[in-house]
Amino acid sequence: MKPPPFSYHRPASLDEAFALLGSLENAKVLAGGQSLMPMMNYRYVMPDHVVDLNHCPGLSGVGVEDQTLIIGAMTRQCDLAANDLVARHAPLLVDALHWVGHVQTRNRGTIGGSLSHLDPAAELPAVIAAYDATVTVGNETALRDVSIHEWAAGYMMPAIDENEIAISINIPLSVELDGHAHSFFEIARRHGDFAQAGAGVVLQTVDDRVTDLRIALAGVDIAPVRLRQAEEFAIGKSLTEDVIDEIALFAKAVPGIADVHADESYRQRLAVVVVRRALTQAAGPGP
Amino acid sequence: MSETWTIKCLINEKPVEREVSVRLTLADFLRHEVGLTGTHLGCEHGVCGACTVLLDGRSARSCLTLAVQVDGMNVTTVEGLGDKTRLSPLQQAFMDEHGLQCGFCTPGMLTTLTELLANNPDPSESEVRLAISGNICRCTGYENIVKATMTAVRYIRDGMPESSEVVD
Repeated sequence: MKPPPFSYHRPASLDEAFALLGSLENAKVLAGGQSLMPMMNYRYVMPDHVVDLNHCPGLSGVGVEDQTLIIGAMTRQCDLAANDLVARHAPLLVDALHWVGHVQTRNRGTIGGSLSHLDPAAELPAVIAAYDATVTVGNETALRDVSIHEWAAGYMMPAIDENEIAISINIPLSVELDGHAHSFFEIARRHGDFAQAGAGVVLQTVDDRVTDLRIALAGVDIAPVRLRQAEEFAIGKSLTEDVIDEIALFAKAVPGIADVHADESYRQRLAVVVVRRALTQAAGPGP
Repeated sequence: MSETWTIKCLINEKPVEREVSVRLTLADFLRHEVGLTGTHLGCEHGVCGACTVLLDGRSARSCLTLAVQVDGMNVTTVEGLGDKTRLSPLQQAFMDEHGLQCGFCTPGMLTTLTELLANNPDPSESEVRLAISGNICRCTGYENIVKATMTAVRYIRDGMPESSEVVD
């Protein structure tokens, strides 16, 4: 299993990368390579051109600007997991990263790569959906922001053009979410494998009542799903065991995808379980 | 004729400059062109972990890395961890605790655990198990691999035992 022949391009700037993608036919962007490379080895993907972004400055790193946590698309997963700003403002990302692949893949894999590959089971897009983030994408002529809720155009297909590159992930920060509780839980056949169902929870309570709840599912539908009805239902309630059970049951309404490991109804049952466990953990006594 | 690119890198501290086909994986480059066959290829799609090497000290799948991508990097393979007369503490512990059976997964286990011990000199057993969650041992010899790693922690902390066998 070797990649098929292709031409290799190593842009030294973002403008150069834009120009390459604007002019080359059947080109693929190489970020961390942890999804593209297996797909090329399997020859599911046979690009004529590979544009390696690993030498493009300015695409990685984390910062806060205008009440927004800005994460460069080429920031590697291992660096995100160790980043203080991420731990402070978007701790659900850190929770989820423990479930993403293995140390060897996190050392190379990038957040922008996960988003652009958009595997249904990927944890990071679900977390980004929980935080209502936008993704800045660009090409030769313009940059634009895409809401994460409009990011998926279909199965493993982000709503970006072939000549566009994901530049950054922008997570809005609000005072109301300061110090929020958070938890990610998933069920996979073995740790680090593709999740059959996973749930990320962002929770804020005041005087034991829910003031803000976001629940995002990974691995259940073809793209991340937010359980809006469940989130609304929870507002103002105290998270007793019964209430958590009621909230988790909303997950059953999400259409589950079927594959060789889990059919639709099994996935829907798992979805309820992962929401219940993530929510129970988030609502529990702090660490 | 496929496209080629000239790369310069350090492999086990030795400078290497080669012209490589751009579609050549790092694993095949190491094995077939540099002659370092200690890196093993199991699945060739990033699942088994046997081909793990260290890139600038960080573990990575060499089957999912193109040779052209290590231009300018410091590559460490299992051959760079120790040598026949001076095994690394981790390698010595693998030998002492029977941490290898058929030996196929061993290079990936050793490189992955070398990174773990560099970052965390006192891991718990569960941290060791988590670290090798991306490495498959089809002999299922995990117990002794974990035991060997815990022994390596002691060797690094307290020094290697003098009775340690020297390999010929």
